[in-house]
Amino acid sequence: MTAFFRKTVGSLSLALVAAFAACTSYTEIPIETPIQPKLDVSAFQRIFIAGFIAGANEDVDANMETVRLLRSQLRNKGIMRVIDADTLPLLEVARQSSGEANTAPVPDQQAVTPQEPQDPNKAPVFNDEKALEPYNHIFANVAYWKRIGEEFQQPLIVTGAVLFAPQQRSGFVQREQEVYDPFGRRSVVPVRTYMERKGFVLRPTFIFIDGRTGETLHTETFREEILYNASQQTPALSSYFELMDRLLPAFLNTLSAQKIKGTRTLLK
Amino acid sequence: MFARQLVIGLLLALVSAPAVWADQRGDAKKQVEFGIQVAQRGLWREAIYRWERATQIDPTYAAAFNNLAVAYEHEGQLAKARDAYDKALALEPTNALVRQNYDLFKEINDRVLQKDGRQP
Repeated sequence: MTAFFRKTVGSLSLALVAAFAACTSYTEIPIETPIQPKLDVSAFQRIFIAGFIAGANEDVDANMETVRLLRSQLRNKGIMRVIDADTLPLLEVARQSSGEANTAPVPDQQAVTPQEPQDPNKAPVFNDEKALEPYNHIFANVAYWKRIGEEFQQPLIVTGAVLFAPQQRSGFVQREQEVYDPFGRRSVVPVRTYMERKGFVLRPTFIFIDGRTGETLHTETFREEILYNASQQTPALSSYFELMDRLLPAFLNTLSAQKIKGTRTLLK
Repeated sequence: MFARQLVIGLLLALVSAPAVWADQRGDAKKQVEFGIQVAQRGLWREAIYRWERATQIDPTYAAAFNNLAVAYEHEGQLAKARDAYDKALALEPTNALVRQNYDLFKEINDRVLQKDGRQP
């Protein structure tokens, strides 16, 4: 009797599973969604990462680091031939072209410590976007960029401004905490705690200029930030790379098609 | 006499309709299954053809629209993928698998629309 009962239950369970599988018959399949590039760069063989208006906050030279990173990424992906040349002294050119060489906008940190003499070899410190604004006119200087284009055999020129600045924020943060009930059972509950946090904000604006005409083809601005516990010591340079890593795919997608990998379910 | 013929005709139509629908679903299902086989071998264009055929044979077959949407997504035809997902969800609004596919698709589609300066 027991054997018969067990056999019957077993067969019924099998039939139920089979029926369920038949009702919800599906197959998982990997897909790659191609995303078309935003800019048609077929007219250009070469690309020149010319440099950026940027400061040297927290010992990170955002101009040089960004130039190095973008050049190496473009080279690795083989998107275009990358021109290996010195970066342009954009801050200086911007100051000269605005005719304010002697009255250049004073960056924040220097305003706090005016007694210290300014080192002409050291990049200034910019702590907000407004400090970069007085230099932005350089990007609209068509004659200047056309001349640069002629010098480098009319490549696609990438320039812009990069703000990398420290930031501090305090407020309530939700985090998970382990709690044990009177019976010793563990559970995790969300707890709101007040925290002092510090980190960095990265706000690059990439400007793509046609080296044949000197005109701007495309402009793209990103903003990424990272915050750590106030007690945590994270080097500024590693934060910079972490933030750049987040926006690099979007930058590369401006110039070349990208494929986004994923999995979908096919139904029968 | 005429009334009698009409009644018989109607009865025949009623009796044969489910059989016709079953045939349609059966034919569409064959196309869907073949589409899955070729998609698994990477022949996505052939899969699209099969699933399009399936939706033509049986326009109420949600699975065919879902699969078609996935194939369009794979080919980068995001507007077509969206339409196909919309149809699949309209036919089976509670199908969790279609909804899951759609949510994953929407994430990519919204990003592309934002990049193009359009509202997602």
